[in-house]
Amino acid sequence: MIHSLFLAKEKAGDPENVAPVLQTPHHYLISIYRDKLFFVSVTQTEVPPLFVIEFLHRVADTFQDYFGECSESVIKDNTVTVYELLEEMLDNGFPLATESNVLKEMIRPPTILRSVVNTLTGGSNVGGTLPTGQLSNVPWRRVGVKYTNNEAYFDVIEEIDAILDKSGTTVFAEIQGVIEACVKLSGMPDLTLSFMNPRLLDDVSFHPCVRFKRWESERVLSFIPPDGNFRLLSYHVSSQNLVAIPVYVKQNISFLETGSCGRLDITIGPKQTMGKMVESLMVTIPMPKSVLNVNLIATQGTYTFDLSTKVLLWDIGKLNPQKLPNLRGSLSVQPGAPKPEENPSINIDLKIQQLAISGLKVSRLDMYGEKYKPFKGVKYVTKAGKFQVRT
Amino acid sequence: MSTGALYNDQPGGAEAAVEAGQETTPTSSGTGAAFGLFSSDFKKNEDLKEMLESNKESLKLEAMKRIVQLISKGKKSSDLFPAVVKNVASKNIELKKLVYVYLVRYAEEQQDLALLSISTFQRALKDPNQFIRASALRVLSSIRVPIIVPIMMLAIKEAASDLSPYVRKTSAHAIQKLYSLDADQKEHLIEVIEKLLKDKSTLVAGSVVMAFEEVCPDRIDLIHKNYRKLCNLLVDVEEWGQVVIINMLTRYARTQFTSPWKEDAVFDDNEKAFYDSDSEEKQGQKEAKPYIMDPDHRLLLRNTKPLLQSRNTAVVMAVAQLYWHLAPKHEVSIVTKSLVRLLRSHREVQYVVLENIATMSIQRKGMFEPYMKSFYVRSTDATHIKTLKLEILTNLANEANISTILREFQTYVKSQDKAFAAATIQAIGRCATNISEVTDTCLNGLVLLLSNRDETVVAESVVVIKKLLQTQPTQHSDIIKHMAKLFDNITVPMARASILWLMGEYCERVPKIAPDVLRKMAKSFTSEEDIVKLQTVNLAAKLYLTNSKQTKLLTQYILNLGKYDQNYDIRDRTRFIRQLIVPNEKSGTLNKYARRILLASKPAPVLESAFKDRDRFQLGTLSHSLNVKAAGYQELSDWPAVAPDPSVRNVEVIEPVREWAPSVGKAKQPKSDDKFYSDDEEKEEEGSGSGSEDSSSSSSGSSSSSEESGSESEEESSEESGKTSSDSGKSSSGSEASSSESEPEQKKKKRTKKATQRKSKQSAADSDSDENGSGPVGKTSSSSAESSSESDSEEDSDVDSPPPPSPPQKKTVAKTKPKVEVKTKKEVSLLDLDDFSPAPPSAPKSSVFSSSLLSDLEGLSLSNVSSAMQVTTPSFGPVKTYELLHHMTGKGFSAKYHFPRQPCLYQPSMVAVQVILTNSSDHSLEEIHIGDRSPASLNIHCFNTVERLEPGASVTVSMGIDFSDSTQAANFQLCTKEDQFSVSIQPAVGELLMPSTMTEPDFCNEQKKLMGMNETSASITMATANTSKQNISKQVLSVANVGVVSSGQNDLQRFAGRTVSSGALVLVTLELREASTALLTINTEKSVMASMLLRDLKQALSQS
Repeated sequence: MIHSLFLAKEKAGDPENVAPVLQTPHHYLISIYRDKLFFVSVTQTEVPPLFVIEFLHRVADTFQDYFGECSESVIKDNTVTVYELLEEMLDNGFPLATESNVLKEMIRPPTILRSVVNTLTGGSNVGGTLPTGQLSNVPWRRVGVKYTNNEAYFDVIEEIDAILDKSGTTVFAEIQGVIEACVKLSGMPDLTLSFMNPRLLDDVSFHPCVRFKRWESERVLSFIPPDGNFRLLSYHVSSQNLVAIPVYVKQNISFLETGSCGRLDITIGPKQTMGKMVESLMVTIPMPKSVLNVNLIATQGTYTFDLSTKVLLWDIGKLNPQKLPNLRGSLSVQPGAPKPEENPSINIDLKIQQLAISGLKVSRLDMYGEKYKPFKGVKYVTKAGKFQVRT
Repeated sequence: MSTGALYNDQPGGAEAAVEAGQETTPTSSGTGAAFGLFSSDFKKNEDLKEMLESNKESLKLEAMKRIVQLISKGKKSSDLFPAVVKNVASKNIELKKLVYVYLVRYAEEQQDLALLSISTFQRALKDPNQFIRASALRVLSSIRVPIIVPIMMLAIKEAASDLSPYVRKTSAHAIQKLYSLDADQKEHLIEVIEKLLKDKSTLVAGSVVMAFEEVCPDRIDLIHKNYRKLCNLLVDVEEWGQVVIINMLTRYARTQFTSPWKEDAVFDDNEKAFYDSDSEEKQGQKEAKPYIMDPDHRLLLRNTKPLLQSRNTAVVMAVAQLYWHLAPKHEVSIVTKSLVRLLRSHREVQYVVLENIATMSIQRKGMFEPYMKSFYVRSTDATHIKTLKLEILTNLANEANISTILREFQTYVKSQDKAFAAATIQAIGRCATNISEVTDTCLNGLVLLLSNRDETVVAESVVVIKKLLQTQPTQHSDIIKHMAKLFDNITVPMARASILWLMGEYCERVPKIAPDVLRKMAKSFTSEEDIVKLQTVNLAAKLYLTNSKQTKLLTQYILNLGKYDQNYDIRDRTRFIRQLIVPNEKSGTLNKYARRILLASKPAPVLESAFKDRDRFQLGTLSHSLNVKAAGYQELSDWPAVAPDPSVRNVEVIEPVREWAPSVGKAKQPKSDDKFYSDDEEKEEEGSGSGSEDSSSSSSGSSSSSEESGSESEEESSEESGKTSSDSGKSSSGSEASSSESEPEQKKKKRTKKATQRKSKQSAADSDSDENGSGPVGKTSSSSAESSSESDSEEDSDVDSPPPPSPPQKKTVAKTKPKVEVKTKKEVSLLDLDDFSPAPPSAPKSSVFSSSLLSDLEGLSLSNVSSAMQVTTPSFGPVKTYELLHHMTGKGFSAKYHFPRQPCLYQPSMVAVQVILTNSSDHSLEEIHIGDRSPASLNIHCFNTVERLEPGASVTVSMGIDFSDSTQAANFQLCTKEDQFSVSIQPAVGELLMPSTMTEPDFCNEQKKLMGMNETSASITMATANTSKQNISKQVLSVANVGVVSSGQNDLQRFAGRTVSSGALVLVTLELREASTALLTINTEKSVMASMLLRDLKQALSQS
């Protein structure tokens, strides 16, 4: 059964290429591949594949949440907790508790301190009562939350997905955003978050706590937040608006028809940055397999070339508009190999602090239902999502 | 390496056992060392046994943890069973849970010992703590020991009537487990399911429907009475339950309602790419049609729609498939955006969603065409994702976008991923056959690829070219020649075979080359692949028949080689061919027909999508994903021709929806179906201003008032809501029936009523432009109270009149809604359109829109304006008329058009256009209508076909065009019975706006939000004649359909409007400077529109 998955993996070469839904003689395998691990579920009957895929990702998220990372060694070290978690998350193939707030009430995440205390006192990680969330109308929030410092932070994170062609014109660009919240408020606060320009949001999906009706009628987010970190909203900015592309790339990658070398010359400069600094600039180029090595000089930052995966990585850091970073040099190609058909595409990573590139702005956050004054904060970040330059 | 299944494989359960597989080769010894002490040695288990039997909890716990680790590694520990079972009654919860894990794992192989634990569970089932009761039932039902079936049955029955919904939920899960253990219990279990289906708790709903699907999916009769409840609960059910319920309801609806598709066929074209889901309007249109959607059907569609916003991808997909399978065709497209959104999710999610989009895009191109770019391939995508995207792009290709797509394909062909490049070539082939305009372009492109360096690319091109040539066997001999030249260099067997086949098929077009190729093949025959050999034999035979003089010897040589080939297929074929073509005494009549047999013209292969036959499966299912019918797949039935009796779903008394759920947070969440679209009501309920009260009182006079009040009262006491709303259903159906009977009379009545209402409202608007603000009302409320009392009395008489309840006319809640909208909206929007003669908006019988009805419905289009700033009708009526079709080109038929600057009644996103058709020829024109349009996605609402236009006569028709806020011309064909003329309407940018009234502070507020990028300004010099305030506004209004914002400052003039399509604000400010210069500023998100508008305004103001 599992064997057929590995067969499929071998056939596909890259584990990312394994089809998530597979048929074996007696079973159907639905799998996800995450953090170098396959999470596989086995079914014998009809089931919506997304139902299972979504659940598996939830499981992986939960592990991540509990153990800080989701890797083979961590899972092996925490087998007991893993079993306990799965026991609560699934009953006879039907998902039970998948909210992390609820799970944490039933099974406390392992910490060093707690395990020391438990060994001394014989205490356990498993809560003895039914989590209140399971029964209430707000299953995502537990009752009796108490903080001395009441604070609510919202991060507006926008990602630019773009494909630019050789000449630098935009083939496709769009902005996707999320609002990640970290809410540490006592009691049962009822929050209202409103935007200066909610019309920008074209398509949205909410955390279950958001009252859909209020959004429909007033375009405000009204919700009783879960405790801790959660994703409040993900949105898509209407495609009619022009997307500002923060950087431009001047590139020239060429391979000589004869002889075993090629040239590479890349310069990156700021384009529409709204006066903000472009940071964490990083360029990734998956080179053709026939490239043996590179010999380059970077005016800023450092570059590495992974000989096995043939990925060229150039870590630039901050973009200085006065002195544009440049990477140039020669590529050595396997002798005798034909000239690569296509030049490699350039993937760009960047970060711009204090800017939501779509122009989205939170206008205010109000709290009802509790008396104290919370500390509030909103942060904006723009990142490059799938930002690709074709060459 | 794998950790082993955590749960037993129970047949029939959609069971997800999670395993962590390792990506690279197993290196488990490293971590194994940590547990090495306990792993293999049997004696070490003795050690564990001792620990389990000790008195110390901590030791026991430690032992259990180690045992669980053993289980996880697939090591045997069943000999510890007796020692473990003793701890089942432990007080330590963690220990207990681990014992449960162990018990469930080993009970089946140690049945006798497992029985020892049963009494503990039976005791726990009576525990006062619901948590303990539930977990006892959970474990008890997971112990797969047939002997305890009766005990389980009893426990399930008891738990099904437990006070705690959590325990009831657990019992629903237990049903499935028991069923898989002993299918004979089915009848009893169905009884329990029936009982649990009646449960009102949102906790239980999902689980019991799951049990229903597992045990008795065919018993849809159990659903009838619970249908409406399930629909209404749906929003509040937990996400996993939502998926199950939606899927079940999809199947249910297909058996209970009639198809909404038949009548739609006419509408479908007009409403393509209809993203703005304004369902009131649709219903309004629907009403004119004989097809009437069952209100329960509508209820389901309406209650699932908000779930498209769920973060759970499975829920979104479930709703999407529900719309696909159940909604009228023109409503399906509302799911597009959400599906495209899912493409941002994990790779696996993308895969499944793309598969479904691929199937959908075959049938409905229009749905995804606007999102074409979302399917562009990135070099970092996984191969299967790339292929699916390619498939979708190919499906979406049409005349309008093919050049874009081909340009994109060009990039893909060069991809380093050769499998993907090959797939792209196939896709180009498909586009070439589907779209005849580009066949030649594609063919030329493919020929160029023949000189590509990569073999797979060349091979694939050859194969595709072969197919293309077959569909177009005209004068392509040069391509065949070219391929013959390349033949020596091509080594891929399939490609060689394809070229040989082409030579043979068209040997008469290349009479010189074909024999030469055959000569070469004769030389290399023995070293070729089988498939090439077969085609060589084939080529030889064909040449023998057409050109026997040159090739006779060659053919015989090849046939001889083939006769002794190792492969029997080739020997077989050779023998057959020889008999067929070489005449001898034995061969009979067949020989005569050899030519006709071998050189018959062959039908061209149809290049079609691999997803073509997938639509036989319900979308979103495993079966669809695999394209194989999976075990347990439930067919979606066809729509019944006649709907089964809808009254089976009637429930006598609907009790309060959530008695178990303490209504903490989501109390304001929509539960009731009838509130989803009535934004006004919601606002009224939530706003506490006195202004809101007045409008609600005036609208409560309308014919469906009972329904409205029902929903309002529900907010206060959900107890009553059920009763009221079902009552309202009855009463409104009564009034409906009566209204259709005494239509003309009522028409008159309503007209007068509306007039008064409008007047009263006008005064309200005068005194307080902020609709739902809390400003002073004073006079307003009294005047509207007047009108409401007036209409009240009228409505009373409506309701009182005896209702003849014939089923087809019966309309309940859903049907009456549009009327509410029409009325309330009328009040606010049609202030000065008194000159229209309104007909009753409820006339459901008239199948064609009469013009008066149309104008009456005009207000509908504004229903999605939610903010405080309402769009109003224009204060300036321009009469710029443009030529659409000159009578010279139109052979006496001419057309002119102008923009009436009224909100378009068909769709709010459309711009209204009035067209004056004139017949200046000497014969009458018949059947004037709109034909093809381009781009094909252009959303036009056509005017009704003008049956006959006499010579010299002219007629004015109105149409709606969705320009999508761009000044791109709308091209379409104006057709008469004999002729068709291509015409185009290019709107000035100012016509794409609708005026918006707002106060000065509002304006300034909005303006602040639209600074920076969104601001365009220029200083202009005005013609002297224009410097007065009136003249400026006249000029501005003539250019753009905006509203004047009254201003206190003399040197500032402000105008506000919204774009028709997306409703983005456009704010125009004109700041007068000295000496007839001024600063013109435009604030809007639409920067392109802004610059165009700026240019137009500048021009208008500088002219005198």
